[in-house]
Amino acid sequence: MLPGMKILVIEDDRAAVEYLVKAFREAGHAADPATDGLAGYGMATDGSYDVLVVDRMLPKMDGLSLIRSLREQGSETPVLILSALGQVDDRVKGLRAGGDDYLPKPYAFSELLARVEALGRRKTTAAKGEETTLTVGDLTLDRLARRVTRGGQEIVLQPREFRLLEFLMQHAGQVVTRTMLLEGVWDYHFDPQTNVIDVHVSRLRAKIDRGADRPLLQTVRGAGYMIRDGSR
Amino acid sequence: MTALAKLWRTTAFRVTLVNLFVISLFAFLAFGNVAWNARRAVDNEIASTIDAEIAGLAEQYNQGGLPRLIDVVQRRASQPGASLYLITNFAGQKLAGNITALAAGALQRPGVVETFYQAADDADRPRGRALVRVIVLPNGFRVVVGRDVVDRDRLISATRNAFAWSLFIVAIVGGGAGLLITRRVLRRVDSMNHAAHRIMEGNVGERLPVVGSGDEFDRLAINLNSMLDRIGDLMTGLQHVSDNIAHDLKTPLTRLRNRAEEALRTAATPDDYRRAIESCIEESDNLIRIFNALLTIARLESGQGQAAATDFDAADVIRDVVELYEPIAEEAGVELLVEAPPSLPLRASRELVGQALANLIDNAIKYGKPEPASDAEAAATADTPRISVSAAPGGKGGVEFVVADHGSGIPEADRERVVLRFERLEAARTKSGFGLGLSLAAAVAKLHHGELRLEDNRPGLKVRFIVPDAPGG
Repeated sequence: MLPGMKILVIEDDRAAVEYLVKAFREAGHAADPATDGLAGYGMATDGSYDVLVVDRMLPKMDGLSLIRSLREQGSETPVLILSALGQVDDRVKGLRAGGDDYLPKPYAFSELLARVEALGRRKTTAAKGEETTLTVGDLTLDRLARRVTRGGQEIVLQPREFRLLEFLMQHAGQVVTRTMLLEGVWDYHFDPQTNVIDVHVSRLRAKIDRGADRPLLQTVRGAGYMIRDGSR
Repeated sequence: MTALAKLWRTTAFRVTLVNLFVISLFAFLAFGNVAWNARRAVDNEIASTIDAEIAGLAEQYNQGGLPRLIDVVQRRASQPGASLYLITNFAGQKLAGNITALAAGALQRPGVVETFYQAADDADRPRGRALVRVIVLPNGFRVVVGRDVVDRDRLISATRNAFAWSLFIVAIVGGGAGLLITRRVLRRVDSMNHAAHRIMEGNVGERLPVVGSGDEFDRLAINLNSMLDRIGDLMTGLQHVSDNIAHDLKTPLTRLRNRAEEALRTAATPDDYRRAIESCIEESDNLIRIFNALLTIARLESGQGQAAATDFDAADVIRDVVELYEPIAEEAGVELLVEAPPSLPLRASRELVGQALANLIDNAIKYGKPEPASDAEAAATADTPRISVSAAPGGKGGVEFVVADHGSGIPEADRERVVLRFERLEAARTKSGFGLGLSLAAAVAKLHHGELRLEDNRPGLKVRFIVPDAPGG
């Protein structure tokens, strides 16, 4: 398991904030609550947090102003915006204000957790984004040659399958949700009502895990998928 | 409010009054101008007559001196006619003529002056008015020649009367017409107000009266009526949605509750509990998805999201979405065929158009398979069922997407209904889905001022999804 992160949850609904803090702690992270914009801003400026979870509507200082002020101060802490406003332009506004990800309410905690973890490990992911070769166990993806091998055996993938695997491998060891895949691989933010993503993933799995004694691509129930080398 | 006060408050009546005032003012000025000019013309004429007479008298005076002058004046004065004569000595005493006295000071004024006079032959007659010229002779005697102006005054008063009458008639007719127009306006407005009151009292089917004259009130009423129709549609939609939400959310909620209850009752091992809880989470995720879809539709229908328009290639989008759905189409045993030009620029919300297309294709995969009536028929149509998806330039800019399947289609009578939220054909209720796909596509089309048309594909359903270019950019 990856080391825990330090998360600040700024949300004015006390029940929600307590639930989130508890759930983050259970997931192995350290989490602090803040119930209004000013308090949250004060806590966030000390810079010790790995990820901020910020509600858009907050008393005393709204979420977007908080993020803008933090960014003006030069803070680069990743921010995930929670909002009851889920439209495309709301998302654009949130990201423009300096947010890094946007999750409309109501959401599943598994989705929030996966996204927060992805944000917290963004530096690692970004570093992987520059590597030309990604490796998980005996699976290797060569970005320049666009070649995938497992245990030395070449696996032939369609372009989209290649991108899907690339995205999963960039987030190796992290849970990647279906919506994260749709965003990262297809650049759409909607909810595909059926199991379209699952089918793509299972096709990919059939190609990379076929005949292998240790499957790398795992389904995380109720959350999404994770690629990792289970032997370690 | 009394009828009069109500009348006074109407714009039409006030406009009429102001018009009447302006017309009267102009009539008054016109009358003044005419009267003044007429009077000047008549005065000039009289003055020249007087001057001519004076010229005649001067000749007599030059020939025969004062006695002759008096003689001539006496003779002329005794003749019937309008000319007035008077000769006075240096003390102002009358020597001859047909007038006895002039208004005080008139004898001293030079030029043609207007003054009062008293006729000599009849002391009882009221004083008259005359234009006179006074000539002073060398010995201080004065000769007065003048003409009565009663004719002139009569002309002016006749003119004044004519104007006054015209004005009176204008006022009556104008005021009357104004009153009629105002009453008509009031009647229309009142009937509209009554209708509005009835609507506000809850009689939402009521509409404002349209008399068919095509006037501004009709136009207003037509517009307000279509506004009411739209509000009515929204209300019906809302009603419908809340009914359906109640129904369609109850089902998964009940299922969720049942599972939890069953786990509590029968689960023995931690594994049993885990499975039960996982299925509960899955069920609540479904609920969240339904909610998210509902919220998206609601926001689209309230007209938000217009700002998100960008320029993108619709052909790429349709190929991407088809590619996204290809695996599940294949699993379902359906073939997806794409037909699109290499590039098809469109300015709209890429996200929403993509989502709408995804829903349409998803629907086609779910419901678009032909359902053979018998095995023999199944054998006859052994080909893989096809769904054709195409994009082509729309009529007036924009793009027309078509998703056509060969399933059982949607009966014409149901086509309007299935676009509504949660509405599904009976046959579809057994399949997965929430009945929100078409609603969302329709809402996306509407937001872009486009259209979602359901047609018969003989057999099957053909959905035309038309997205015009968004303005700007």
